[in-house]
Amino acid sequence: MNIEVTINGESRSIETEGHRRLLDVLREELGLVGTKEGCGEGECGACTVLMDGEPVNSCLVPVGQIQGTQLTTIEGMAGSDGLHIIQDTLVRYGGAQCGICTPGVALCAKWAVEKEPGASKERLRELLAGNICRCTGYQAIVDAVVAAQNSSESSHE
Amino acid sequence: MGHASNSSEEAKAKGSVGKGLARVDGAAKVRGTARYVDDLKFPGMHHGLTKRSEVPHGILRGIHKREGFDWSQVVVVTAEDIPGRNTILLIEEDQPALVAIGAHVRHVDEAIALIAAPTRALAREAHGFLDLEIEEIPAVFDCEEALSAEVNVYGDDNILKTYLIEKGDADIEEKLASCDHVVEGLYRTQAQEQMYIEPQGMIASWGEDGVCHIIGSMQCPFYIQKAMRALLALDDDNLVVEQAVTGGGFGGKEEYPSMIAGHAALLARKAGVPVKLIYERDEDIAATTKRHPSVVRHRLGFDADGTIRAIDVDVIFDGGAYLTLTQVVLSRGVLHAAGPYKCENTRVRGRAVATNTPPHGAFRGFGAPQTTFAYERQTQKAAALLGMSPFEFREHNMLRDGDRTATSQLLEGSVGSEDVLRAVKEVAEANPLPKDDPATSIRHGRGVAFYFHGAGFTGSGEARLAGRATVALAEDGHFEVRSSSTDIGQGVQTMFTQIAATGLGVEPDAVRVPTPATDRVPDSGPTVASRTCMVVGRVVGQASVALKNRIESWASENGFGDMPLRQAATAMAKVEGEISETVQYAPPPGIVWDDETYTGSAYPCYGWAACVIDVRVDTDTYEVAIDRCVHAVDVGKAINPVVVKGQIEGGTLQSLGWALWEDVIYKNGKVANDRMTNCIVPTFSDAPEMHTIIVEEPFANGPYGAKGVGEIPMDGPCAAAAGAVEHALSTLVSSEGFDALPVSPEAIQRAMRLDS
Ligand code: FES
Ligand code: FES
Repeated sequence: MNIEVTINGESRSIETEGHRRLLDVLREELGLVGTKEGCGEGECGACTVLMDGEPVNSCLVPVGQIQGTQLTTIEGMAGSDGLHIIQDTLVRYGGAQCGICTPGVALCAKWAVEKEPGASKERLRELLAGNICRCTGYQAIVDAVVAAQNSSESSHE
Repeated sequence: MGHASNSSEEAKAKGSVGKGLARVDGAAKVRGTARYVDDLKFPGMHHGLTKRSEVPHGILRGIHKREGFDWSQVVVVTAEDIPGRNTILLIEEDQPALVAIGAHVRHVDEAIALIAAPTRALAREAHGFLDLEIEEIPAVFDCEEALSAEVNVYGDDNILKTYLIEKGDADIEEKLASCDHVVEGLYRTQAQEQMYIEPQGMIASWGEDGVCHIIGSMQCPFYIQKAMRALLALDDDNLVVEQAVTGGGFGGKEEYPSMIAGHAALLARKAGVPVKLIYERDEDIAATTKRHPSVVRHRLGFDADGTIRAIDVDVIFDGGAYLTLTQVVLSRGVLHAAGPYKCENTRVRGRAVATNTPPHGAFRGFGAPQTTFAYERQTQKAAALLGMSPFEFREHNMLRDGDRTATSQLLEGSVGSEDVLRAVKEVAEANPLPKDDPATSIRHGRGVAFYFHGAGFTGSGEARLAGRATVALAEDGHFEVRSSSTDIGQGVQTMFTQIAATGLGVEPDAVRVPTPATDRVPDSGPTVASRTCMVVGRVVGQASVALKNRIESWASENGFGDMPLRQAATAMAKVEGEISETVQYAPPPGIVWDDETYTGSAYPCYGWAACVIDVRVDTDTYEVAIDRCVHAVDVGKAINPVVVKGQIEGGTLQSLGWALWEDVIYKNGKVANDRMTNCIVPTFSDAPEMHTIIVEEPFANGPYGAKGVGEIPMDGPCAAAAGAVEHALSTLVSSEGFDALPVSPEAIQRAMRLDS
């Protein structure tokens, strides 16, 4: 089938079978290999992308479902002027170690911070609970997201 | 000019040792541009798949290609296609790369045949048409049963390795009998899955020149090289092993990658195209190594004043079907079994036993978490029996500078035992546990643990290994650190950047630490045993200083004395060609170790740690929540505090996960929970807020005082968590309920039922 979709701000037209996993189409057809596969069954969140702003596990999404949507993958997270604030704080606070969970964590954190700007640490942990990280013990990620939250608050002042 | 040099001074200061320089690989990782093995593609590449035994014990009688499939589309490799020796060489040659016809199958996930096809789907289809004929024989899955040796898995008695450590002249039974009290305990711990989020994988290709190139997810490129030499009958000139960016290891990518590399290389050799072999998650969980299950019997004898007088420990590890690294893991287990306590009379016996389960292997902590769990449960019980505070009992008995360990090693310097315990005690005392409200189902408890971890290889291991590292001026004017130490997330590249930048006196962005390939770096030894920073970091620092001195003296001899180092180096390289310094590790003097009697300096030095865990147990749902987690670790010197803190926090959660939630369930030697949905690891919501305290008691022979940090955080939190649950339920349940891990809701429910 033919799929019309906007990926990272660019409109694309993709010819593929509709039942294929979005994850495979991103990685194999479009070369967007920043989206990772950790489990293939919706448990780890490494394959997270934002679909119309909401996080989805691309390993569970048949590509037919992305028709007409706006997708953001990790490749589209940084602006032309540099890293997104969450990417920046993840690096500075040590929120990325081996980095395999990081694309999914970064996108999900972006969604969480935008969805609930003043969320408490506890609430942030709930919002991010679909993303597994085995390296950090999560503390540095939580600290990084809080720091990003604070700096976006102060930039609004 | 002034401005430029100021900013370069600032950059230098930021990147120097002791500062939290942002990870050098951080930007690529948050942008998603870091390339892991599954992200790589080669022209004409095929996909590999492994056909496994699915029978726990038997003899392979045949491999049959069933009709109904066009076999010309795929390549099938069996043991007959192996050009060298059919073994995954590590310590011994007992494990085959592929079971040959007529040979023994010893566990359910043995590789029997390999398939390569242009697509994964086609390889899977072929897999379904390949039939194995295996004559089944009786199997044994329990390590204590395997000791009775009715089923033979290894040798005559299924014993893979034994150790004995003895200290003191008195007979241990007599000594125990003379103590005022003896606490006896039987402790069991389960297998643990490393669950790195990137599954294992390799790509192999053969050049027309006959050179085999292997790239993939790994901890130890030179281990793979050694194994490939034997399997592929190649010399090092025809073999390149390269690390791709690696998505976590935790020990799990220490030994098994040699198997995958060998399989990919055999497939690529026969197929004539590059072959990518990436494990699916279920295959990775089922087939690759895990933490050794253990059974530890511990007797602790002490007097009424709390002084420990005698320790007797019997350790059994389930090694699984092949030796792999088991003997080294057991060694570390027994060397830590008496704990960080003074005691004149100690006996530790250790046995590793073979069973028909996939081999167990390296996992962060490497045998120490199992024995630490046992001795710290024992200390908790002893303190409770005497009515002493858990801190007081430990303070009374702890090893201090100048004391001797169970192997009679004299501790000289860098002993942070008092500091770490004091640090967590202060936080604990300032934050008393909330009072239980009897009207609710919530009970609060606190657990304490105190432990040590030997950094680096055991005994004379480092001397034998003689690891080397090079610092060179690369063609593009960067200083390059060349070592075989792999960054698997723990921050090697960043730490080495800081050590080299500090040694050379340059800004950190003048330094580069590439991922290793065996044809480009010297063998610095494997990335294991908390040795990378302490041992390889030391030689990186020495090489940096040596290079700096050489460049400076050349510069002053040639009239460039005022030139900044990098410019002088470039000028020098124009005249002298590539300039580099390689340093080989020289172990500190005075390390005497006797491998026969297991006495002497077991490790160059120890890390020390203590933690306090507060829990909330719901006696209706049996759920445990962690309210407080305070962890103090003596790391000698934090080369990069952000990286060190990350190591401590990550290890802490793996230990807490093992204590409370994680389990690997075997049915007839096969992992029954081989998916992330049922083989669970802690999530953001399970994890506590962590209070991490870095203690620095410098180690004279580490770089800038640093010693190992990678493993120690895994050792103790498990015991503290079990102790906290015991404390919370102490009026309801006897403590034996918490002597086996995991202390899961099911286990708590069982314990409460048994006692009511
Ligand atoms: S790969 Fe999609 S959730 Fe794990
Ligand atoms: S950084 Fe390794 S899994 Fe999260």
